[in-house]
Amino acid sequence: MSELILGSLMSDSLENRGLIKRSMTWIDQRFPWTPTFEKHASKYYAPKNFNVWYVFGVLAFVVLIIQLLTGLFLTMNYVPTAEGAFGSVEYSMHEVSWGWLIRYAHSTGASAFFVVIYLHMFRGFAYGSYRKPRELIWLIGMGIYLVLMAEGFFGYLLPWGNMSYWGAEVIVSLFGAIPIVGADLAEWIRGDYVLSSITLNRFFALHVFALPGVLVVLVFVHMVALHHVGSNNPDGIEIKDKKDEKGVPLDGIPFHPYYTVHDFFAVIVFLIAFCAVMFFAPEMFGYFIEKPNFQIANPIATPEHIAPVWYYTPFYAMLRAVTFPLFGLDAKFWGLVVMAGAILIPLALPWLDKSPVKSIRYKGRISKFMLGMLVVSFIVLGYLGTQPPSGFGTATAQIGTLVYFLYFILMPWYTRREKTKPVPERVTGGH
Amino acid sequence: MRHSSVLTIAQIFGSIIAVFIGACLSAASDSDWELEPMKPNLKDKASLQRGLGLYVNFCLGCHSLQYRRYERTARDLGDIHKDDMLDYVIFTGQPIGDYMYSSMSKEDAKSWFGAAPPDLTMVTRVRSPKWVYNFLKTFYMDDERPFGVNNKVFPNVGMPHVLLPLQGIPEEICYGYEAVDLLAREPILREKKLEGILTRTDRDTPIEQLDPLEGRELNCPEVAAIPGTGLYTPEQFDQAAYDIANFLHYMGDPSREVRVSMGRYVIGFLVILMIFAYILKREFWKDVPKSPRRVREEHTTEL
Amino acid sequence: MGEKIPGSVTRRYLLIATSAVTTVGAAGAAVPFARSWTPSEKAKALGAPIEVDIAKLRPGEILKPEPEWRGRGIIVVYRTPEAIERLETDHRRLADPTSKRSVQPAYAKNLTRSIRPEIGVYLGKCTHLGCVPKYYGKVQPEKFDVRWKGGFFCPCHGSKFDLAGRVEKNLPAPTNLEVPVHQFENDHILHVGIDTGEFDE
Repeated sequence: MSELILGSLMSDSLENRGLIKRSMTWIDQRFPWTPTFEKHASKYYAPKNFNVWYVFGVLAFVVLIIQLLTGLFLTMNYVPTAEGAFGSVEYSMHEVSWGWLIRYAHSTGASAFFVVIYLHMFRGFAYGSYRKPRELIWLIGMGIYLVLMAEGFFGYLLPWGNMSYWGAEVIVSLFGAIPIVGADLAEWIRGDYVLSSITLNRFFALHVFALPGVLVVLVFVHMVALHHVGSNNPDGIEIKDKKDEKGVPLDGIPFHPYYTVHDFFAVIVFLIAFCAVMFFAPEMFGYFIEKPNFQIANPIATPEHIAPVWYYTPFYAMLRAVTFPLFGLDAKFWGLVVMAGAILIPLALPWLDKSPVKSIRYKGRISKFMLGMLVVSFIVLGYLGTQPPSGFGTATAQIGTLVYFLYFILMPWYTRREKTKPVPERVTGGH
Repeated sequence: MRHSSVLTIAQIFGSIIAVFIGACLSAASDSDWELEPMKPNLKDKASLQRGLGLYVNFCLGCHSLQYRRYERTARDLGDIHKDDMLDYVIFTGQPIGDYMYSSMSKEDAKSWFGAAPPDLTMVTRVRSPKWVYNFLKTFYMDDERPFGVNNKVFPNVGMPHVLLPLQGIPEEICYGYEAVDLLAREPILREKKLEGILTRTDRDTPIEQLDPLEGRELNCPEVAAIPGTGLYTPEQFDQAAYDIANFLHYMGDPSREVRVSMGRYVIGFLVILMIFAYILKREFWKDVPKSPRRVREEHTTEL
Repeated sequence: MGEKIPGSVTRRYLLIATSAVTTVGAAGAAVPFARSWTPSEKAKALGAPIEVDIAKLRPGEILKPEPEWRGRGIIVVYRTPEAIERLETDHRRLADPTSKRSVQPAYAKNLTRSIRPEIGVYLGKCTHLGCVPKYYGKVQPEKFDVRWKGGFFCPCHGSKFDLAGRVEKNLPAPTNLEVPVHQFENDHILHVGIDTGEFDE
């Protein structure tokens, strides 16, 4: 960000002196720097009516950088063995200069990643960012989300605390619910008959090497696809439909400098919130770092109450909500199916939404109500997933699960049926 | 139909409220014993130093602090001199740069206690400083337990009451009725030897809580040492328990003080940067012509 | 881009100011990462000062087994009066006889490169490429030097040092053996790695 600002600063003040110009020419003959910069920044026209929901993509990118950087430095002191892992994390906390800051930044970053991604996804839901021609952006984004969930899961085992251990044990055991191959699959994932150093080693390799690589590639592809079709906006209309004589969208403004300075401000505001958590409440009252994880993994003593980290709890609640067997298969299996279904069903969104309009602003009452219920059910499920199972909780989770799925399953019906409002010709609102 | 949907919304709101309550009350406790408040104070170096002294004398024999070195501890607790550390703190003959190991081997521990006593470096993060404080204060004599003592906060804990020489012999103060006393409705003590301190408790309060038909059930809401059996007065003992809990609070997150003070500077800096960024943004966005206001009302959309 | 736009001067100053503050922030954020590479508490504890008992050291010998400090052997040599006398002569053979270019604490920047003339404390690490010099204490012809006067010989590349760790000319090692910080608590106890001066009279 600051480089871009500095870049513009220099080109503005020194352009006429020729030196910069000549060196840029030299570079451009060998590397498409100027065309690339123009395509993705100074001549990438973004709708001028972006609202606050449009900053979370950039913020997700910032968190990715934070995670890559702090993760890199954490590996420098981490020992990926059952004997050494817990001690090596505490070594970072107690003995490495500023090691605690790097570790807390990474643990806070993990939760921040999901906060930002969930808000980013909600933006997509609300303004129809998944609709034609952005289906692929949506699918790639869902891919990023799935990889991120896997990344979080593998990473959570690494401190080898008691919650790490039992969380991983429960999730790996889930695969055991798959008929026929389940038991063998769970054993194959563990590489052992219990979770052990062997499992830890492979999770470590996936967490620090394979998945970050996949993540970075997917993020790159996500952005290439976005810049190919152009950004959506809160009105859900295509700014490319109305262009001036130079071919510039009438409602578009160059991403650089307008959105670079805009997003820079957003990033700073985000960093203030991030630092407030990291410095003053890194455990976030047991939601970001769970209390039992300050104890070393103990294969013979389960924590009193096992709950995944908050960002998985909506799906965990759905898993537990299934308490009845069906078609001769037990509830455990169907719980897994429901959970996997809930995670994967947003992939179908581009083809479920039949509304003539994209944005929630112009959709009808049913869509607004359903989206509201989706959010409420997701939050309620998220809360229930952190709580010990109870009769009332399970009943509520069953209703919540139903509401969650109905949003998607009924979408072709209610988006076609409801009365929409007329969409304006040009974008509205904004700054 | 309508009825059930109203119920669902009520349930949902109830759950949302419960999230916030749940977030506020995150104290972990094994029993329903009501914990007395305890506010740690890391600035009180004297308390931390006393806590260190008590810890190495009474706890470190079994419970290591194996992620922490003596030297760093000495430095953080107000630059305790190396010679003082070697004379008064390090009893294991280790060099000052070493980890704070206990002197007991894991094998011995298992044969004596059935399980190795846990390392306590992070105990206040698994529990809380308040929990530790209350735990230390609520041991009481119980002949049915292998070590002759039990604990209110951690029922059936598998360790002796190591602070007994300081506190004295702690007994439960119980209220209840023997069958013959039902008419009198007078609380009586289970243990005769406690009569000496009965006067300092309020005889009337617990009566309503008891069901007269369950006459022999005892309600034991307090623990107190028999006067004269320990080295410390009750106030001194409370202070000792506080010091140990405070010391362990420091131990669990040694960077806390630096972290909080650093955090203030960092956030202060970011706020300044935010102001710059905001002015910059506003300056550039002067170029961007405003879009028409968003039309909210359906009937005005024809305009 | 090139044309003058209203407020462009304000913008330039704003950009400069914001960039400056951002740069300060970025530099600050880099500090914890850079600092995390400095020796940790563990490394410091392992590299802590050591106490060496030199009561059994006899004239003409070096302390065996060699004490270790920060992963390196420490040479503690007890020089005989004759050896000390020899250090005063024959400076033409030496590359840095007055230890101008060599590394030692101020209190060891003297003829014998030591606090006490008879006891020399040196890092067992050749200043050429870090091999361990071997002690040849006797004045007698050696395979590597027929006119050997006693000292240290590095087997890797043949550098020769006298009994004060001073290197001979025209050999690979550029400077004298390093003297670690050290102090004597009393006649028998030597501290290596610390020089608080608390035992000085």
